[in-house]
Amino acid sequence: MTGSRLDPWIDSYAQRANGMTASEIRALFAVASRPEVVSLAGGMPYVEALPMEAIAGTVAHLLATRGTAALQYGNGQGDQSLREQITEVMAPVGVHAHPDDIVVTAGSQMALDLVTRIFCDPGDVVLVEAPSYVGALGVFRSYQVDVRHVAMDDKGLVPEALTEALAACRTAGQTVKFIYTIPSYHNPAGVTQDQTRREQILQIAQQAGVLVLEDDPYGLLGFDGEVPQAIRAMDSQSVIYLGSFSKTIAAGLRVGWAVAPHAVREKLVLAAEAAILCPSNFSQLTVSEYLRTQPWMDQVKAFRELYRERRDALLTAMEQLFPPGTSWTVPTGGFYSWVTLPEGIDATAMLPRAVSALVAYVPGTGFYTDGQGRDSMRLSYCYPPPERISEGVRRLAGVIEEELDLIHTFGNAPVHLPPGPATPGPDLA
Amino acid sequence: MSVMVIAGGLSAERDVSLRSGRRLAESLREEGEDVSVVDLDASLVPSLQNDPPDVVIPLVHGAAGEDGSLADVLDALDIRYVGSGAVACRQTFDKAIAKGIVADHGLQVPSGYSLPHGIFRDLGAPAVMAAIVDRLGLPLMVKPTCGGSALGATLVREAEQLPPAMVAAFAYGDSALLERYVPGVEVAVSVVDLGHGPQAWPAVEIVPRSGIYDYAARYTAGETEFFVPARISTSQADACAAAAVTAHQALGLRDWSRVDFIIDGDDIVFLEANVAPGMTETSLFPQAAAAAGFTLGKVAAQLVALH
Repeated sequence: MTGSRLDPWIDSYAQRANGMTASEIRALFAVASRPEVVSLAGGMPYVEALPMEAIAGTVAHLLATRGTAALQYGNGQGDQSLREQITEVMAPVGVHAHPDDIVVTAGSQMALDLVTRIFCDPGDVVLVEAPSYVGALGVFRSYQVDVRHVAMDDKGLVPEALTEALAACRTAGQTVKFIYTIPSYHNPAGVTQDQTRREQILQIAQQAGVLVLEDDPYGLLGFDGEVPQAIRAMDSQSVIYLGSFSKTIAAGLRVGWAVAPHAVREKLVLAAEAAILCPSNFSQLTVSEYLRTQPWMDQVKAFRELYRERRDALLTAMEQLFPPGTSWTVPTGGFYSWVTLPEGIDATAMLPRAVSALVAYVPGTGFYTDGQGRDSMRLSYCYPPPERISEGVRRLAGVIEEELDLIHTFGNAPVHLPPGPATPGPDLA
Repeated sequence: MSVMVIAGGLSAERDVSLRSGRRLAESLREEGEDVSVVDLDASLVPSLQNDPPDVVIPLVHGAAGEDGSLADVLDALDIRYVGSGAVACRQTFDKAIAKGIVADHGLQVPSGYSLPHGIFRDLGAPAVMAAIVDRLGLPLMVKPTCGGSALGATLVREAEQLPPAMVAAFAYGDSALLERYVPGVEVAVSVVDLGHGPQAWPAVEIVPRSGIYDYAARYTAGETEFFVPARISTSQADACAAAAVTAHQALGLRDWSRVDFIIDGDDIVFLEANVAPGMTETSLFPQAAAAAGFTLGKVAAQLVALH
């Protein structure tokens, strides 16, 4: 007798669909979307700070003057005028490229997908930081990549650990396709590679003959006004650089880009056409019009100041309220701080208690593919105003104290990790 | 008739509740009802006062929805609603209390203990856990005393798995239930009273691929195989149906409920009852309704009409 599985295709899915299940951690993030909850979990940029009237005017002007182009198919590589403007946007991070070197994508997330698609066969190794961006890990997982985490310190990826990881793969006869790194204002770790570190990492990659995939969505959002120079600024042939307007203009437009050596770029364009034909002309031309008519760099400076104030609120509250044994990174830009909890606390196991206390974070395990990160969590300060951040930390401090009490009672044996995604979707504040 | 489905809330089952609420509302609209779906938040009471619906259907899972609080508020506002009253909700939501009540009415229940964190802390967790393991044996089911969707529930096969299981259970509440694990056929029996007394619908047999009917197995289509009616003998099915109705009545439940059992030979062992059964695409109540010849909308519309 055969029962019903409620999914007649359950035996037809590809192996890469393994793990795509309902998740009790995801379910908790559904609560975090309620206004009573202080969400320090999501990564939504604070688009309320954008000049909405000006953007409305920009869009209206676009439709009035280039409406048919905006609503038509476009070039698979992306709009020529926007690609020219992107070269100017990248100038502060030291990336000098020809517009032909650029492929516009639906957010840099799509660029991550395309790069992985053209380089990685199942089982190929990609080296990533420990921890790493969850969106990248999702892409790598979907292409059945063997992800290896490489240690970080307060200056980011550790060169010695990178060298060791490359050597270990070479010894094991494994192909490392690229090193994925977020050098500036890391998501989730909140640290930034200094120039020396960037040079070391590039040199190691060059010597090993391994490509560097540099993800730089936050590069312009440094709080001290300095803009770190991209690794790509030092080498145009060994580095693929990914950029994004999601944090500097608007995530909802979904416009990002890749800068790649000629041969790679040609394949990226064909892969992009296979995936989506072309990026949204409407979004591209909106960005182009915004860059052309608005003081966009002034807005970036306004974002820097807004996020700096929120970063300060988070750091001050953690300093005042978190119990001994808790430590955290001090970001100099971007959206996130990485918190290490007192010994024995499992951030995943603690999350239900936190949500009951009306505060949310992302457990550290979501930023690893190998079960690391149990003692850590990512706190984001990009969306809630400073007073809400302080209140969220106050609630979280109480939750940590209660969890310590529980650990004191029962010990710190590892709690079973539930299946499914351990991070929120992109629409959580 | 204007019907307000209340779904959401702030419990860990918010997402399940929202999906249940949306699905039930859509089913009711197909029956021609005028349905709104609202969240359990600060706007609810003013909304009920200013524009009261003819009937409310509370589908908030977890605390506030199933612990009797919402029913109390609806009573205070003199709003008619489908489902159980506050007292019945309260004694059903606490699994330990529910077990005691149905045991008094002759049903079998797994032996176990419901204890707060404080008693482990004060007496020393190792000693208390050892005493419980000695008494109940292994394996054990450990779960929050109140709550659903298997959140915080762990099957403990070895003694060293017990401390982290306790931590997981206490993450979802202040009290944890440690029960002797009962192997057997897992079934859910929906009980509905359409004006002629509570009737049990065909039992739904649950066979999760992983062996554990956890959150992922409950809400991922394909992860669990369901047999409706359950692959049990006629006598077992009859006994199960009778036990479900007994539990429904003993707990004072009204209109609809879902009662979960393990069938081990002639033993029909009560696990828990639910006052706000899930109505999602993978939930058990809608499958039982279909086996009984109803759509979700027709059942709900008939219950609405009775109020």
